[in-house]
Amino acid sequence: MSEWLENHLPKVVLAPSFIAVLIFVYGFIGWTAWVSLTRSKLLPKYEIKGFIQYDRLFDSPRWDTAINNLYVFGALFIVIAMVLGLLLAILLDQKIRVEGAIRTIYLYPMALSMIVTGTAWKWILNPGLGIEAMVQGWGFPNFKFDWLVNPDYAIYTIVIAAIWQSSGFVMALFLAGLRSVDGEIIKAAQVDGIPTWRIYTAIIIPSMAPIFLSAFIVLAHLAIKSFDLVIALTGGGPGYATDLPATYMYAMAFSRGDIGQAAASAMIMMLVVFAIVVPYLYSELRAKND
Amino acid sequence: MAPILDIQNLYKNYGATEILKDINISIEPGDFLVLVGPSGCGKSTLLNCIAGLEPISGGTLSIGGKDMTHVSPKDRDIAMVFQSYALYPTMSVAKNITFGMKVRGVDQATQDAKLKEVASLLQIEPLLNRRPSQLSGGQRQRVAMGRALVRDPKLFLFDEPLSNLDAKLRVEMRTEIKKLHQTLDASIVYVTHDQIEAMTLATKIVVLKGGVVQQIGTPAEIYNRPANLFVADFMGSPAMNLIPARVQRNGTGTQVAIARDGADPIVLTDTRDLDLPEEVILGLRPEDIAESGFRAGAGVQEAACLVDMVEPAGADTYVVSELGGKQVTARLHAETSARAGQMLKLAFDMSKVSYFAKATGERLN
Amino acid sequence: MTDLSMPQTRTRSQSATGKIALRWLLYVLLGLFALYYLMPLFVMLTTSLKSLEEIRTGSLISLPREVSLDAWKTAWSGACTGIQCEGLRPYFWNSVLIAVPAVAISTLLGALNGFVVAQWRFKGANIIFSLMLFGCFIPFQVVLLPMARLLGMMGIAGTIPGLIFVHVIYGLGFTTLFFRNYYVTIPAELTKAARVDGAGFFRIFWSIFLPLSLPIIVVTVIWQFTQIWNDFLFGVSFSQAGTQPVTVALNNIVNSTTGVKEYNVDMAAAIIAGLPTLLVYVVAGKYFIRGLTAGSVKG
Repeated sequence: MSEWLENHLPKVVLAPSFIAVLIFVYGFIGWTAWVSLTRSKLLPKYEIKGFIQYDRLFDSPRWDTAINNLYVFGALFIVIAMVLGLLLAILLDQKIRVEGAIRTIYLYPMALSMIVTGTAWKWILNPGLGIEAMVQGWGFPNFKFDWLVNPDYAIYTIVIAAIWQSSGFVMALFLAGLRSVDGEIIKAAQVDGIPTWRIYTAIIIPSMAPIFLSAFIVLAHLAIKSFDLVIALTGGGPGYATDLPATYMYAMAFSRGDIGQAAASAMIMMLVVFAIVVPYLYSELRAKND
Repeated sequence: MAPILDIQNLYKNYGATEILKDINISIEPGDFLVLVGPSGCGKSTLLNCIAGLEPISGGTLSIGGKDMTHVSPKDRDIAMVFQSYALYPTMSVAKNITFGMKVRGVDQATQDAKLKEVASLLQIEPLLNRRPSQLSGGQRQRVAMGRALVRDPKLFLFDEPLSNLDAKLRVEMRTEIKKLHQTLDASIVYVTHDQIEAMTLATKIVVLKGGVVQQIGTPAEIYNRPANLFVADFMGSPAMNLIPARVQRNGTGTQVAIARDGADPIVLTDTRDLDLPEEVILGLRPEDIAESGFRAGAGVQEAACLVDMVEPAGADTYVVSELGGKQVTARLHAETSARAGQMLKLAFDMSKVSYFAKATGERLN
Repeated sequence: MTDLSMPQTRTRSQSATGKIALRWLLYVLLGLFALYYLMPLFVMLTTSLKSLEEIRTGSLISLPREVSLDAWKTAWSGACTGIQCEGLRPYFWNSVLIAVPAVAISTLLGALNGFVVAQWRFKGANIIFSLMLFGCFIPFQVVLLPMARLLGMMGIAGTIPGLIFVHVIYGLGFTTLFFRNYYVTIPAELTKAARVDGAGFFRIFWSIFLPLSLPIIVVTVIWQFTQIWNDFLFGVSFSQAGTQPVTVALNNIVNSTTGVKEYNVDMAAAIIAGLPTLLVYVVAGKYFIRGLTAGSVKG
């Protein structure tokens, strides 16, 4: 017995965590998937009724808004954060004297809760006393900046706050990538008399393709899961103009008492995440094992 | 006396791949067994199996007469020195050496005494309070050996212990390990891919390839009478010349003809009584081919050969000539006047020739 | 990287002034971006020190004419989160009570798991690790409903132990990943040597691996602390009045509809809620970034 325990101790140690993951990740996904196929309302029912919840979901104008918002928010957030992050990384890569301090400043928002970020930007962007009032006070009485309360533009305020929060992090990723490029290649290019900007566009940036991929995955993942920021900044409003899938799911689950809808929307979110992450993870793990 | 290590019909698989196949090895107390082979031949796996770090898939294994097939490493009464030394990075040298005793609950006084003894044997007393990261490669090597020696086990296992040292240090440590073996009369199993290390250290060599034992024997047996083409080629540097040849029997002995490009074949006579097939691979070590006049004896046969290349190596000069479609190396004295492009009379010591079957590569004589 | 600012022989003759101007432009740009990132923090801070009167009449970015800590006091101990008006204080401690055990447990389990996966490879270990890693990526929405029911069944719904449990479970993937990636760089021979020396699993972990692990422990603790402290989704889903973490309380203060909007209190509350992680970031930024990049190259 003790011999057996000794030989299998590592497995015994790992087992509880693994079982927990099996139940609380995979088992729960299974539960949610199951419930998304039922007529569950306030309480879960377990009788499978097919895809009615998904039909309802795709017929719902609110879900439609949430998905459209996700496209707009996701695309803008990812593209701008990557461009800004790369730009900052390149600027910081020029032997800057106070690089450490500047990096710290660019990155600190990442340490904050999205709720804190949302609260701050909600104040800054509020039309009555925020930026709009400030610029009007500078002698531009006709200046208007009311995106926060304008249903057509409110989603962009979320983009603004999200970029503020995450672009520094993208910068850190890219900076690490820039620094890991083989110095000899760059020296060789310099000896050949290739101008700096060409070295970046022709040598360094192409060699950072994996980092672009990582940054994309991380940002896409953040975008799909975005919940706290919306709640803190706009509460999904005005109306449900800034709903995202995550807030839709939450509203269905906890305020509307529509478990079937909540489960179906959660499953869609998961499928989207998996569509992005699975190929990436698979290639990562395979590359590691080779 | 009972063998100190006895391995019978050992198999080791990872899934469907067989790493070790039907290994049978037995050594006596005081033996220095070297497992040698190219990388991936399974020699390290075999050592790990002996240590109990890897379970075996079949067969039995006993150490000191006791069946250890399923016993965990700590109860096998072994000590092991690793290629990377595997010193515990956060412990001092002294703690590294005594850790095993501490784990086993040896009392402090004994620990101190043993530590002192081993430290003085290996001359590492001044290092005892240092961390492994503060040591040079050679010092780490010594500490790793100290950690093994202090345990005073039935069997020492060495896994390529010198391969991380530079060439000079490697030779020094090799000598020291050999001395230690002689003073302690220890039983050792030693893994290396370096055939010179194998030749100098071993009392017994096991040549492995693809998880199969190719030959077991003393260094002299392995060197002079390799069991097959692989062993012949692997052991010795420069490697044994392996030349395709045709056998013609006639009254007095065996005549071996070696084809040449653009010239008549060389025909050499082996006076030994041999029973050979028509086509063979003839194996002759470079030192058994000399310049004419520098080698005498019953079996010596001479033939003029075209010198393709001359490589002075200090103590000797190597001369390369193409025979039987192979680059054949002869080891000449340093002052030879041989020049590339010249015809040179070489003396072949036919009494030293090994013959191998062309198809199987197995030794024929 | 090699320095790209090195004067290149080809352009050296062109113009030294051009180079200097470029350098200036670079610093100005960097400075402007720094202002952009600092501005919200600055605005929060100044707003929190102003009186409501001054906020209404003054400009967003002006310094307070009169520094007042009243808003901070209110935020800490008087602001209303719905019907209760006890400020952030109780919720701040809730967050501490949730974060400390959850961080400790998930880090310890992650260390053990990582040790097993990296150093005691057995058949299927890689698959188990991949499955655990995968758990890091799921949108947590997909587990909210069953978890709410399970916590109810276990009788810890809306309690702090319930939240600790949730954070430990969903933190395991990352903590295991961190330690696994760290331990995988340590030669397997170390474990072998210790086994031959007679040490068992826990002895090897405790005497050899744990003393080596300080950097990764710091990275993991910071990562987990930041994640758990900043969590909102689990907090809002699985807490009830009295057990909410600070992020949920902050949101309630800011979005409570009763009474006048006290922006200065909102800002003070936001800073208080953000202070612990901000402090960690300032003190141990290096490890924070390491965790971010390590963790988010996968998630």
